[in-house]
Amino acid sequence: MTSSEAVAVGLTHGRSEDTGLGNRGPQSKSIVVPYGFWLFVLSDMVLFSALFASYATLVHATDGGPVASQLFDRTNVAIETASLLLSSFVCGLAIIAAKRKNLFWTEAWLVLTGLLGLVFLVIELREFSGMIAIGAGPQRSAFLSAFFTLVGCHGAHVTAGLLWIGTMIAQIWAKGFQPHVGRRLLCLSVFWHALDIIWVAIFTIVYLIGTLP
Amino acid sequence: MEIFDWGRKRHFRFAETRGLAALLVLLTSGCDRGVLNPVGPVGGAEKMILINSTAIMLAIIIPTMIATIAVAWWFRAGNKKAKYRPDWEYSGAIELVIWSIPALTVILLGGIAWIGSHDLDPAKPLKSPNKPVNIQVVSLDWKWLFIYPDQGVATVNQLVVPAGTPVNFTLTSATVWNAFFVPQMGSLIYTMPRMATHLNLQADRPGVLQGESAQFSGDGFPGMQFEVHSVPPQQFAAWAASAHGGPALDSAAYAELQKPSSYVKPMTYGSVSPRLFDAILMNTAPPPIAPATTPPAMHVSPKTPLGQKNVR
Amino acid sequence: MFGRLTWDAIPFNQPIPLITSIVVLCAIGAIVAWITWNRWWPYLWNEWITSTDHKRIGVMYIVLALVMLVRGFADALMMRAQQTVAVGASQGYLPPEHYDQIFSAHGTIMIFFMAMPFIIGLINFVVPLQLGVRDVAFPTMNNVSFWLTASGALLVNLSLFIGEFARTGWLAFPPLSEKAFSPGVGVDYYLVALQISGIGTVLTGVNFVTTILKIRAPGMSYMRMPIFTWTALAANLLIIAAFPVLTATYAMLMLDRYLGFHFFTNDGGGNSMLYMNLIWVWGHPEVYILALPAFGVFSEVASTFSGKPLFGYRSMVFATMAICIISFCVWLHHFFTMGAGADVNAIFGIASMIIAVPTGVKIFNWLFTMYGGRVRFSVPIHYLIGFMLTFAIGGMTGVLLAIPPVDFVVHNSLFLVAHFHNVIIGLVVFGVMAGYTYWFPKAFGFTLDERLGKIIFWCWFIGFYLAWFPEYALGFMGATRRLQHISDPSWQPYLDVAMIGAVVILAGIVLTVVQLLYSIKTREQRRDITGDPWDGRTLEWLTLSPPPHYNFAVLPDVHGEEAYWTRKQTAIKLDRLIDEPNYQPIELPLNTPVGVICAFFASLCGFAVIWYIWWLAILSLIGAFAVFVWYAWRDEHEHIIPVQEVRKNARERRRIREEHLQNLSQSV
Repeated sequence: MTSSEAVAVGLTHGRSEDTGLGNRGPQSKSIVVPYGFWLFVLSDMVLFSALFASYATLVHATDGGPVASQLFDRTNVAIETASLLLSSFVCGLAIIAAKRKNLFWTEAWLVLTGLLGLVFLVIELREFSGMIAIGAGPQRSAFLSAFFTLVGCHGAHVTAGLLWIGTMIAQIWAKGFQPHVGRRLLCLSVFWHALDIIWVAIFTIVYLIGTLP
Repeated sequence: MEIFDWGRKRHFRFAETRGLAALLVLLTSGCDRGVLNPVGPVGGAEKMILINSTAIMLAIIIPTMIATIAVAWWFRAGNKKAKYRPDWEYSGAIELVIWSIPALTVILLGGIAWIGSHDLDPAKPLKSPNKPVNIQVVSLDWKWLFIYPDQGVATVNQLVVPAGTPVNFTLTSATVWNAFFVPQMGSLIYTMPRMATHLNLQADRPGVLQGESAQFSGDGFPGMQFEVHSVPPQQFAAWAASAHGGPALDSAAYAELQKPSSYVKPMTYGSVSPRLFDAILMNTAPPPIAPATTPPAMHVSPKTPLGQKNVR
Repeated sequence: MFGRLTWDAIPFNQPIPLITSIVVLCAIGAIVAWITWNRWWPYLWNEWITSTDHKRIGVMYIVLALVMLVRGFADALMMRAQQTVAVGASQGYLPPEHYDQIFSAHGTIMIFFMAMPFIIGLINFVVPLQLGVRDVAFPTMNNVSFWLTASGALLVNLSLFIGEFARTGWLAFPPLSEKAFSPGVGVDYYLVALQISGIGTVLTGVNFVTTILKIRAPGMSYMRMPIFTWTALAANLLIIAAFPVLTATYAMLMLDRYLGFHFFTNDGGGNSMLYMNLIWVWGHPEVYILALPAFGVFSEVASTFSGKPLFGYRSMVFATMAICIISFCVWLHHFFTMGAGADVNAIFGIASMIIAVPTGVKIFNWLFTMYGGRVRFSVPIHYLIGFMLTFAIGGMTGVLLAIPPVDFVVHNSLFLVAHFHNVIIGLVVFGVMAGYTYWFPKAFGFTLDERLGKIIFWCWFIGFYLAWFPEYALGFMGATRRLQHISDPSWQPYLDVAMIGAVVILAGIVLTVVQLLYSIKTREQRRDITGDPWDGRTLEWLTLSPPPHYNFAVLPDVHGEEAYWTRKQTAIKLDRLIDEPNYQPIELPLNTPVGVICAFFASLCGFAVIWYIWWLAILSLIGAFAVFVWYAWRDEHEHIIPVQEVRKNARERRRIREEHLQNLSQSV
């Protein structure tokens, strides 16, 4: 049998025809890892949707206690939003610096990302403790339980993100820009941006709609 | 049927016979006091839908089951007479048919479901020349409290209803979810704390029926059975009148009822506040038993987005 | 210092849990002693516990599932026995506080720690082989997923020895599951265990969707993927979309219980109807996560043992994805009796019926797969036919339940319980038993004893009808579910028949263990020499049994549907194998202890949270985080299989295949 006959009947290697999506075989890690991470982020968004749905259901279940318009301060929220959006932008700068393998600027932008995230977190924690101090804590009513859980879950994700940023700063310092470190940085930035998206939804649904006249 | 001529492979015939026998068991069961022996229009309509839908579906699945066994048997590897078609894997005509059969069945059953859901909506009042009797139902741990607001009496674990008269139930729970269910009368419905559900049933003829809770509610749950006495209307009025001599369902008596207990013997109370049900619903203290001239409180229900339709 | 954990937590005064605990602890002790005596710990550690090989992880999942089957079935036997004796005047041998734990544990264990691990185990073992690749996208995460699931199973079983389990049913509806009505540790065990294993499951979902969509052999386009892989894709998409809802819902209930929040409480504005909705938004897709891969197993079995391609492959793919999507649109049929009104009820009822359409199409497609085939009555085909008969009835009762006015009279009754056991046993159990038998030789190099396999099937089949058809009847007679005591003596005969059925199934389960041991003992009689014992059609049958760690020396090129079949038929016709490829060294991920160590900390943290031992909870969390960072710090990720080893294994395979070339096909 000639080699072309062998090809024709599929008895040789490496000649599968171009079927579009399936031809190339397994994708490389640089595609697979961020893809998987995006799927994880999507699953996290489903988690937040369940919390949003609960918030929407319980937003009027105030049990005679404080309501949204009495509690939320738009100025605070504006500062939080600005910090978080700015931190996302700065995170993007860190990725650009990482692509250029610039150690100093990558670390510097990452530190700034973390600091801005910390600003957000501090403001949020102050808001929470203020509400608790005036008797509008999560145990007061279903509405407040839903509020603290939704916004608090986001804050918990921001906290986890800060821990991750700290770890990445240390890893980049210790190991430089190896491929697996670069992939992790990419995943971190996807996570950080996703948190921004969730925050936009939160400040719209919770704070803006809650403080409508 | 063809299949019974292929005597040798016993287990397939066995399976088919088993299926038919099982069907017979199903059909002859519940002969005395279950869902298949309804005493009223609601249960009767539901039984009819059940039987009709089952028949429609059996008309499809029995031939399918027979075909499964027949095809597997005929095309067994040892059968030289069967034609082996190793490349036959698609037929547009067959695809059209096999998508159509379930689709048409579902359209038919879907229509039954739509009409049935609307006709038999629990909150829908029953058509009747007779004025409905109102009964308020409260599930406690682990017994049933039935309040008759118009008669001014209450019972525990015993429901007395006039035969041939629609009964309009308003239900809630004092503790956790339960479900009020009298199988022979028809539909069951959940009882949920801080929420009121509505149910309309009727027993056409006198008799004694069994009732239960159909939603697990804790350790005393199996003891939540109660009897339903459907009696001629005059007897019902007489019973309500004679019940007035019984003990009062005041705050102290209600506090006793709130204590966990199960397998509670039926009791009757001679007087009850018409606002007791609302107080339970709103989770406020039970009001004192007021004089008969005080009108019942406005019916309030919490503003929950879910279940808005059936929670007035 | 130990939170609310005291010596009272150990059931010294309750004979049944006490004796069970002692027996189980002795059994575990005996096994540990046996392993230690034989010096198998290094082997177990290196080859199994820390393995990142999808085949090993798949086997471990199935071992977990089989062990949990025994535990869950023991609960079932106890329930059957109680309902047989506790009729009329007798209160039986199980007081309510025990019976309620038993039925809750039965449901929880069977769904979360038997059915899910079995299905995920089959998916783990088979899918990368069917895709023609070496492993999943994230092998280490795969290991972590398994150990987190095992951690959840451990916590649920620990509740038997220390404390108690939930007494609320397997879904723990509030307000019954709130602190006010369930103050003990039971519901906390339930919530914590399922949160931990739920994380593992979501990670599995991410892993397999990525693998199936991004890591396939060259030439394998979507419409050339085997049908089992399609159903695995659909199930894992459902996992990603549904499990986070479960996580959120359980988190909310935990916040209610631990911190006094008011999501679902009776006071403070809580709304228990919200829980009902959320939990069933997860719950319905969950049953399809179990059902779809089982359908996939049957598709493979039907086609292989009929000697024909699957009939209507595209139709099956479409039906699978349709079921996947519609399964998210039907959740309200679990609570028609909550009072949402006629319009809402009717719409959800009709949507539930619509799911029956693609399901019915599948049954017909399997029928036509057998039509024109040469059906070999192997054990898996027994399960296929048993399934097609049984599932038809189960599906019918499901459509009946989807009609709201019918549901109004059978909701929560034994009719309902019979329906879901009908579909779970008829589809999922039969499916995993068929899959277990079908792929066993691939995993271990020898087939299971066939005669015992058929007897086990008949035990399940006959036992199922004996156990559950009386329950359909009882449901019509007004019997509700979860009754610790039966007041109507006329139900006795039905309950007795049900008990007999349970005993017949018990025989099947015992024989499954016997079959495994006997098959191992006599394995030389049933060696799978060629790696293709069933005349298979998909790529897993290309390798020897068991496959080498890296599955394929060279990733196979795919030239059409049924990648392996066409290649095999061509080889047989031309009487020669494919050309020898250009062997390369192969990179494989390293083993890792991160999974088992993280699970250890998760179990510790879980236990601490359940018993309010806060310092331990915090320390364990820190420990888990430290393990992550330590693991992330490694620089070596892979080890290399040298090309000589690859070539040697491959040539051995070619030699065997050449010898048996003509025997490989039983259909030519």
